[in-house]
Amino acid sequence: MNLATPSSPHIHSGIHITGMMARVCLALVPAIIAYTWFFGWGLCINILIAVATALCAEALMLRIRRRPIAPFLTDGSAILTGLLLAFCLPPFSPWWITVLGTAFAIIVAKQLYGGLGYNPFNPAMVGYVMLLISFPLEMTQWVPPNIANQLEIGFLDTLTIIFTGSFPYFLSIDALSMATPLDAVKTELGLNLTVSEIIQSNAIFGDFGGVGWEWVGNWILLGGVWLIYKRIITWHIPLAVMGSLFVISFFFFMLDPDTYASPMFHLFSGATLLAAFFIATDPVSASTTPRGRIFYGIGIGLFIYIIRTWGSYPDGVAFAVLLMNMAAPTIDYYTQPRVFGYINTDKNDGKKQSPESDTKDNI
Amino acid sequence: MRRLFQFHGGVQLKEHKKEAMTQPVQAAHLPKQLVLPLQQHIGAPAEAVVAVGDKVLKGQLIARPGSTVSAPVHASSSGTVIAIAGHPVSHPSHLNAPCVIIDTDGEERWHPDRHPVADYHKLPPEKIREHIRDAGIVGMGGAGFPAHIKLNAGNRVVDTLILNGAECEPYITCDEMLLRERALEVIVGLRIMRYALQAKRCIIGIENNKAAAFRALQEQVRNTGADFIDVIQVPTVYPTGGEKQLIRVLTGKEVPAKGLPLDIGVVCHNVGTAYAVYRAVELGEPLISRYVTIAGSVAHARNLDVLIGTPIIDLIEECGGNRKTLSRVILGGPMMGTALHDVTAPVTKTTNCILVNSTVGDVPLPSRDKHVMPCIRCGNCAVACPVDLLPQQLYWYARAKDFDKVQDYHLFDCIECGCCDYVCPSQIPLVHYFRYAKTEIWAQQHEKTLADIARERHQFREQRLERDKREKQERHKKKRAALKPPGNAVSKEEEAKKAAIQAALDRAKAKRENQQTEPKNTQDLTPEQQQKIDEANARRAKSNNPLINSALDTQNVQQDKHS
Repeated sequence: MNLATPSSPHIHSGIHITGMMARVCLALVPAIIAYTWFFGWGLCINILIAVATALCAEALMLRIRRRPIAPFLTDGSAILTGLLLAFCLPPFSPWWITVLGTAFAIIVAKQLYGGLGYNPFNPAMVGYVMLLISFPLEMTQWVPPNIANQLEIGFLDTLTIIFTGSFPYFLSIDALSMATPLDAVKTELGLNLTVSEIIQSNAIFGDFGGVGWEWVGNWILLGGVWLIYKRIITWHIPLAVMGSLFVISFFFFMLDPDTYASPMFHLFSGATLLAAFFIATDPVSASTTPRGRIFYGIGIGLFIYIIRTWGSYPDGVAFAVLLMNMAAPTIDYYTQPRVFGYINTDKNDGKKQSPESDTKDNI
Repeated sequence: MRRLFQFHGGVQLKEHKKEAMTQPVQAAHLPKQLVLPLQQHIGAPAEAVVAVGDKVLKGQLIARPGSTVSAPVHASSSGTVIAIAGHPVSHPSHLNAPCVIIDTDGEERWHPDRHPVADYHKLPPEKIREHIRDAGIVGMGGAGFPAHIKLNAGNRVVDTLILNGAECEPYITCDEMLLRERALEVIVGLRIMRYALQAKRCIIGIENNKAAAFRALQEQVRNTGADFIDVIQVPTVYPTGGEKQLIRVLTGKEVPAKGLPLDIGVVCHNVGTAYAVYRAVELGEPLISRYVTIAGSVAHARNLDVLIGTPIIDLIEECGGNRKTLSRVILGGPMMGTALHDVTAPVTKTTNCILVNSTVGDVPLPSRDKHVMPCIRCGNCAVACPVDLLPQQLYWYARAKDFDKVQDYHLFDCIECGCCDYVCPSQIPLVHYFRYAKTEIWAQQHEKTLADIARERHQFREQRLERDKREKQERHKKKRAALKPPGNAVSKEEEAKKAAIQAALDRAKAKRENQQTEPKNTQDLTPEQQQKIDEANARRAKSNNPLINSALDTQNVQQDKHS
């Protein structure tokens, strides 16, 4: 009779990484639908390209690194990276932009650092920043909302645009593309216009952010709240990102509403909400202590505002996340929770203890 | 309503408790053999006082305590001692432990020497403690700390005596059944313990999923008029049954790290211990049986009143388990229990549950995924940790064998409850890593202690040798001084010796100088070299500086080599 003698505990909740990643992807689905509604099929095609590239790159790297392929390919992390990166790209980006960015994210930012669990930086954001710096033209060709509907650009047309670059009706991307709300504010503030003038003179602005953008934002918010409810993520990072961005933008808005956009505009524009719920909460590269996550989120919120307002990029989400990724280990070190039984003691007190203390439990 | 408090984290577990509570508790069959380990408690092992071949009676002392922190062992039934030898027991090391093995005679004859206490109030508390010590009572919740020590507050005041009936692990129901069926006895036991500790008030903490036990206790508290006892329901969260966690929930106080509950005026005992105290004091019976839950892959999951020393396989078969299809047998609950390597191991004073897994039919404990994924630092473990540790960091450093860092992150405050493990999406055996790190650190400390002792011994030896040498020299000096003739006159003989030595030294010097001026290696030189040497010698003659002389010598030699 051979009895198994594993170490306790002998039961498990059944939770696994694949399930967590799948739920994160699922939480993005409403936002994807809304995005497609407003901006056409571009996002869906980009997602397909990005996910396929991510899986291929991951499999290739796992093979080169001689790691088991099946468990890491099915963990869902590569799929999520592709999904998030695709979400950040302009909808009519040429296919090679998506492929290049995703491959860079998986190969350089993730696998070269040791694969799942070992990447210090968010792979999707590394891929995005690489693209933004290397191909500024392609990365800023955003289209106004509803253009796809108005021009009746269908799925096949979008496919043609993405893979060949040729637009129907002899249009070109230059003719179609238009600044995002953040772009518009940034450029036109430079032309000495006030924020309210900018918003009134542009059709792209909606109630809070841009038309369409704010709806996508709503669905992202909803998906994020669902993730918190499902305990896939904790509330700390999203709340800290949004809270700090709100507070700092509110402060400057009150100081001078003509030069500084409103807090709601900042929250519902660009990638703020996506970053707060889906990007900054990437557990691998984020801070891991409860208090640390709050500082980490505050840092991201502040950097987003600083880069948007005084930096040279209209949206600073990717840079803000990467900067705070860098700070995460230090934050973790200084934000360890108070361990049970250490009351009214100095932080250094009782750090080193005698290992003789045994655990007397009546469990 | 009393205000309750919370501890951080914890997990909600499926209870699986109903199956084993459908039948009342009965005495288990008398086994053919009883195996009584000499160590069933924390502290020094007991020392056997019987010999092979001795007839023993039920309740007879067979091993006396090895030291102050120890507990005696009694025969659970009458019979003959057939061996005092190593036998498989439940221990992670899988090593055999010394046990007294008794062939039972089936007569169950009690030892005549039983001393019930008529009225414990008339005895001083230390007498009660002695009585409890002699009955071999240890903490029956699982730790097995000798009860008489935990019932001694010294000169400190005990504000609250807590009786732990939380029983938070799935499957285990022995405490609940005990409270349902023996509520009065438990309360009498509690009152004796309160008297021994001179505690002000008592709380019985019980999880709110045990309604019947709660009602039974309340009724008996009312009946006995013990208004100093509060029976309190606590939320069902694992690990509420942990001593420090239960104290936190009931009193809001935290037991200091490295400290004892007594430091905050609290003492905590298991309900089973209270029942054993009742039997020892009121009936004069030592601890020879206990309630045990047999659950999992058995036909009839139930609780039995089991004699200490009963082989576990006997109980599994009594409940309809199949010896041939066993795959894993856990002693204790699924969260903290130990997997048994040999089912002939006996039930001890601390065995509360036997959880059976079989290769056929219902398998309550599925195996883990074979493939462990890397940690993604999601922090689920930190959320679940009842001690507020950061298991993800502990794991990181334990894996890296950075044992200083792992202690900085409070490894030794980990209670190994398994919550982190349970919620880990990467299915990492975290507790296993923490146990490994603890063991490694203990081993290192042990080695360091040994090395320190060795070093001290070595230093002492060196000092001793030094001292001996010095003393010897002193003695020689004294001796010489004593031999010298008075007046300090130098003898002729010595003078001659000195002169001879001086002459020898002079000769040696002269010889050396000769050699220096005309080294052997200056033969067969070219005229140029000879000229150089001559020049050098002239210079040397001019200056009498020994340093330069030697330098020149070297030069000559090197020249010689090159030529």
